[in-house]
Amino acid sequence: MIEPNRQGEVWVFAEQEDESLSDVSLELCSKARELADRLKVPMAAVLAGWNVRELSYRLIAHGADTVYHIHDTRLEHYRTLPYARVVCRLVEKHKPQVVLYGATPLGRDLAPRVASEMRAGLTADCTDLEIGDYLERKSRTEHKNLLLQIRPAFGGNIIATIINYDRWPQMATVREGVMRLGEGDPRRKGTIVDEKAEFSDVDLAVRLIERHREKRKVNLKSARTIVAGGAGVGSKEEFQLIHDLAGAVGGAVGASRGAVDGGFISKDHQVGQTGTTVRPALYIACGISGAVQHRAGMEESAKIIAINWDREAPIFSVAHYGIVGELQKVIPLMIRAIKEK
Amino acid sequence: MPYHCVVCIKQVPDTSNVTVDAMKEDGTVNRAALPAVFNPDDLHALEAAVALRDQYDGTVTALTMGPLGAAEALRECLYRGANRAILINDRRAAGSDTLATSYILSQAIRKIGQYDLVFCGRQAIDGDTAQVGPQLAEKLGIPQVTYFERFVEVSDRTVRVRRNVGNGWEILEAKLPLLITALDTANEPRPSAARRMMQYKRARTVAEVERDVAASLPDAGAEERDIAQANVIEKLKRRGLLIEQWGIDEIDADLQWCGVAGSPTKVHRVQSIVLTKEGFKGIEPTEEGVRGLIQELIVDHTLD
Ligand SMILES: Cc1cc2nc3c(=O)[nH]c(=O)nc-3n(C[C@H](O)[C@H](O)[C@H](O)COP(=O)(O)OP(=O)(O)OC[C@H]3O[C@@H](n4cnc5c(N)ncnc54)[C@H](O)[C@@H]3O)c2cc1C
Ligand SMILES: Cc1cc2nc3c(=O)[nH]c(=O)nc-3n(C[C@H](O)[C@H](O)[C@H](O)COP(=O)(O)OP(=O)(O)OC[C@H]3O[C@@H](n4cnc5c(N)ncnc54)[C@H](O)[C@@H]3O)c2cc1C
Repeated sequence: MIEPNRQGEVWVFAEQEDESLSDVSLELCSKARELADRLKVPMAAVLAGWNVRELSYRLIAHGADTVYHIHDTRLEHYRTLPYARVVCRLVEKHKPQVVLYGATPLGRDLAPRVASEMRAGLTADCTDLEIGDYLERKSRTEHKNLLLQIRPAFGGNIIATIINYDRWPQMATVREGVMRLGEGDPRRKGTIVDEKAEFSDVDLAVRLIERHREKRKVNLKSARTIVAGGAGVGSKEEFQLIHDLAGAVGGAVGASRGAVDGGFISKDHQVGQTGTTVRPALYIACGISGAVQHRAGMEESAKIIAINWDREAPIFSVAHYGIVGELQKVIPLMIRAIKEK
Repeated sequence: MPYHCVVCIKQVPDTSNVTVDAMKEDGTVNRAALPAVFNPDDLHALEAAVALRDQYDGTVTALTMGPLGAAEALRECLYRGANRAILINDRRAAGSDTLATSYILSQAIRKIGQYDLVFCGRQAIDGDTAQVGPQLAEKLGIPQVTYFERFVEVSDRTVRVRRNVGNGWEILEAKLPLLITALDTANEPRPSAARRMMQYKRARTVAEVERDVAASLPDAGAEERDIAQANVIEKLKRRGLLIEQWGIDEIDADLQWCGVAGSPTKVHRVQSIVLTKEGFKGIEPTEEGVRGLIQELIVDHTLD
């Protein structure tokens, strides 16, 4: 635990795997840059791994003033304890006021371990971060310029703003795709600070025996248009309609869990709380009821069209355009209208 | 060799079916309007522990921190194969965030004493943080394997575990003791066994005994009631039907790290997501309707 310190930097834990940075780390750099400017402090990234120094320049391009870089063979592949050791030691040394992590499987394994060792707070899965003041009623103390950590909880049914005014750093994880990915400016200047890691035998006791990664085949996040199908599509055969409409509009295919559970399409197409968070220019939801867990992953889309025969389906509450009707009839009409134009 | 397992389970409000009635005017959740359920992932944590014990021998202790009503979830653990159940209940634990929760659970596990594996669910469906598992491991000073799918190998004090990280998997080797957080794809939880239900449906916490005795002896004096309670508790204990109930003092927890005082995160504001019927533009499911829509999207450059 460190004391609140107003000069502390704003940090991003830069997640990399197989020498490539995760998108969420770059998204966080843009956000951290914004927060650091508000606080008038520098922004830094922590980059640990083996032969990954080159990645520092991308972090700098996306807003980092400093990159704390640790080069060590024992950090080649992520393991909880050595990585937690690195982050804890750097936090104790440099005393940042904010540390942000991607809410990825890696970030959600690492961040709580660090938070517990530092006895600091950690807010999970934030959808927004702001700087603001807080008046503590009991002691009537005003805490200025805190990190306001905004997150859904209760299965997405409520939005809570969480703060942490006494035990720092203020730490949060943020879901991939929630913050905007900036362009990055290759001319930005920054400093790379090489740091050393020291590990005990205990830190290294868990061994990685085998490791397998799949290339991400479905890229929902960068799609400008997504056509998503739900349980209402009915069958794997009928799901071809969703592929056809996606083909007609030049978009990607998404799905609700209802469609994934029904075996219509593979899980990597799932949009929502336990799938991908997307914000395309256009999202067409076909035969999807719009459960909170699904809406959580798509409601930020610029335009939403819902096709559902049940006028009361909650998906209509987030839709800009609603077509109450049978999707097997409506989708062919849409395909025809697009081809005509 | 036998393995002694502790499974952390949580009773949660069923957040998958939240209706407007579950929200209070001020935007907070009316927990009373939501049915309490067994946290889904924790069933898989329990199954992993019970399966391991059934294969190699040992014990399974179910542990929860929660309101008195959480005894129901502990009974369910007994139906599904746990040997022992412990409820941590203390007013001073209220308002704990994940850090304070994991501290309190770690103190309870220290009191349990001997353990080889601690199992948690990956995530609870109310707080939704998935933080308690890793934090508990740190508090206990043991390694963690999150996103557990299955044991690949169990030999003496060393296990090999396969974890699924979404875009792939890995196999880790760790020495015991170890903490594991289980995915819902890890296994198929066994249903409650009828025989065990018959046996354990009378399992009670001390608080439940007090309530039952008060109900059955409404006119009794304090002393008479105390004697009756002591008798019932003694009887339950002998038959292995007492759900142990511990407070902060029994687990030797430092109040500084419990409840609101021990929680660095504070909820500043809560806002409920009310389904807004703000209104969308209705499009007729006809050729003209759909054509008009596509036209509109092209004009505003949503489609190109
Ligand atoms: C912890 C947790 C995490 C979850 N994560 C996710 C997630 O990431 N993503 C996700 O999507 N879900 C998730 N869910 C599941 C979610 O709660 C819903 O169960 C799921 O989204 C429902 O899928 P659906 O809308 O396809 O199916 P349904 O709810 O069954 O809806 C089908 C809809 O199709 C309509 N329909 C049927 N036939 C037709 C027709 N011929 N023409 C037009 N309309 C028709 C119906 O009116 C209905 O509204 C999660 C749940 C939990 C508990
Ligand atoms: C609106 C809201 C937002 C919140 N946000 C945060 C936040 O961002 N950060 C934070 O630190 N706290 C937060 N909290 C507090 C947090 O919900 C509680 O500390 C809760 O007791 C544990 O967190 P969880 O439900 O997220 O459990 P998770 O960490 O998701 O649970 C994982 C596993 O840990 C075990 N476990 C969890 N709780 C218990 C228990 N009581 N007894 C036994 N085993 C258990 C179970 O095996 C469970 O499957 C929030 C609370 C609310 C109401």
